[in-house]
Amino acid sequence: MSGDGVAAPAPRTGAPPPPAPDPWLRAAAIVASTLLLAFLALPFVALLLRVSPVQLVAALRGPVVLDALRLSLVTSLASTAIVVTLGLPLAYLLATREFRGKRVVEVLVDLPMVLPPTVAGFALLMAFGRAGLAGRTLAAFGWELPFTTAGVVVAQVFMSAPFLVGPARAGFAGVEPRLLDAAATLRAREAFTFFHVALPLAMPSIVTGAAMCCARALGEFGATITFAGNLEGSTQTMPLAVYVALQSDLDAAVALSVLLLLMAFGLLVGLRLAPAGSFWSSSRARAARR
Amino acid sequence: MRNVVRSILIGLALAVTSFVLHDAHASSGGGSSSLQVFAAASLSEAFTELGHRLEAQRHGLTVRMNFAGSQQLAAQIEQGGAADVFASADERWMGYLKDHGLLASDPALFARNRLVLIVPKSNPARIKRLQDLSRSGVKLVLAADAVPVGRYSRVAIRNLSHTDGFPVDYGPRVLQNLVSEEDNVRSVVSKVQLGEADAGFVYFSDVTPSTARYVNVFELPESANVIAEYPIALVKDGRQPEAAKAFVDLLLSPEGQKILARYGLMPVAAAQP
Repeated sequence: MSGDGVAAPAPRTGAPPPPAPDPWLRAAAIVASTLLLAFLALPFVALLLRVSPVQLVAALRGPVVLDALRLSLVTSLASTAIVVTLGLPLAYLLATREFRGKRVVEVLVDLPMVLPPTVAGFALLMAFGRAGLAGRTLAAFGWELPFTTAGVVVAQVFMSAPFLVGPARAGFAGVEPRLLDAAATLRAREAFTFFHVALPLAMPSIVTGAAMCCARALGEFGATITFAGNLEGSTQTMPLAVYVALQSDLDAAVALSVLLLLMAFGLLVGLRLAPAGSFWSSSRARAARR
Repeated sequence: MRNVVRSILIGLALAVTSFVLHDAHASSGGGSSSLQVFAAASLSEAFTELGHRLEAQRHGLTVRMNFAGSQQLAAQIEQGGAADVFASADERWMGYLKDHGLLASDPALFARNRLVLIVPKSNPARIKRLQDLSRSGVKLVLAADAVPVGRYSRVAIRNLSHTDGFPVDYGPRVLQNLVSEEDNVRSVVSKVQLGEADAGFVYFSDVTPSTARYVNVFELPESANVIAEYPIALVKDGRQPEAAKAFVDLLLSPEGQKILARYGLMPVAAAQP
């Protein structure tokens, strides 16, 4: 994720010669970018053109949509909270410590990001299903995750954790070591340094990571339907409702999709608009930076 | 360095363009000959064998199968999915396409199927008979109501409520135990097979040899059971109408019907000469 294997460019001595303009390269870059951007934008435009605001409001009134919306909000916020709580310490360790097996940990953390979600869901069943490796023990205590809202959260945590750990780690890694050293010289305990120096300074990255994590949880589909199943009110989140509606009620599917699109869009725009550095880090952190 | 980047970019652009053009050419009917069969998930094994049979008979023909819930296939065809043949697990979705003018032939009934209840071999809910399904705490998995087998299951559960030996409120109590609505019958099978669900209604033909090792089967009383009817039809604007017709003919022939029977489906008597 945070490419610590890549060597930093060597510091240049003297001014480099101005690069000669290459019209070919520029044209190729412009054509390629335009193609990709058009490709990325077209599906969203098509989706938005398909539904009128009146239809959208009408579809949103349906009980299925409200149930799914409520469930999606509750579960994605819950899973983000869990990921932040458990993920920040890990991100801090990865950013500040060298230890044996660190590479393995890094791969493990990134794995859910590249794994097909259905495979993740199946693996979760093997682990936390009623007959699963750990699930058997849980079931003995009466805790059964499949087919429950808690199961939805488990699937979301599994799939979205890398989206927080990566940026948070980069944020912690970007904190200047001399600030941490200074805190240590002042005999601050490590916990104090973490909460009062590292955490505030890394906050913009952490907020970005948490938002990405939340967005990923909101969009989680494959692992959820495989691990937690699909039932209105208890496990049918927005993406599952879209999938089900696609097979029977196309207008509802379009409305739900547009709603999800707007939510994701709002999340990303909100992130961009928030003046990250000044807004999120506390005044104390800024003082420390000076 | 810049030259290298440039040639890579140009090479890539050329490769992509030729790929796209080639693909467009191939799928515009050119020389390729692949028959697209959209079929209900419960037909997976039988239709795969039928497809191989047809490929062996017609040199150069490739049969591509798309198995999913009938409702999903109907939605795909409605949205322009390139199907030549559609085999549905109920009248409803075939009629839906017919009403939308998307069929190129009249539907022909080719098979029937009956419902059974399956329970994992480990039987965590200790289900010994169908009546146990209404006990509270049982985790029942059904296909969604839009899926043919989901609709059939709900009818069968309702029928059982009116059957001797079953309580009158059997239906509502069983449905209260529903923990998940799956998108096709095979997802119901896998949830039960994995031991996550306590029970599920599926077709008799879904209990394939590989599934039978993991589940126990309960038969429904004949009076309450629902017989699924499978129609098949050619899809409008299919690219292989001739091969599609051959597939349907094979399916309705004694040979095709024998294959269906071998996979647990009920052949249709009328098709037998």
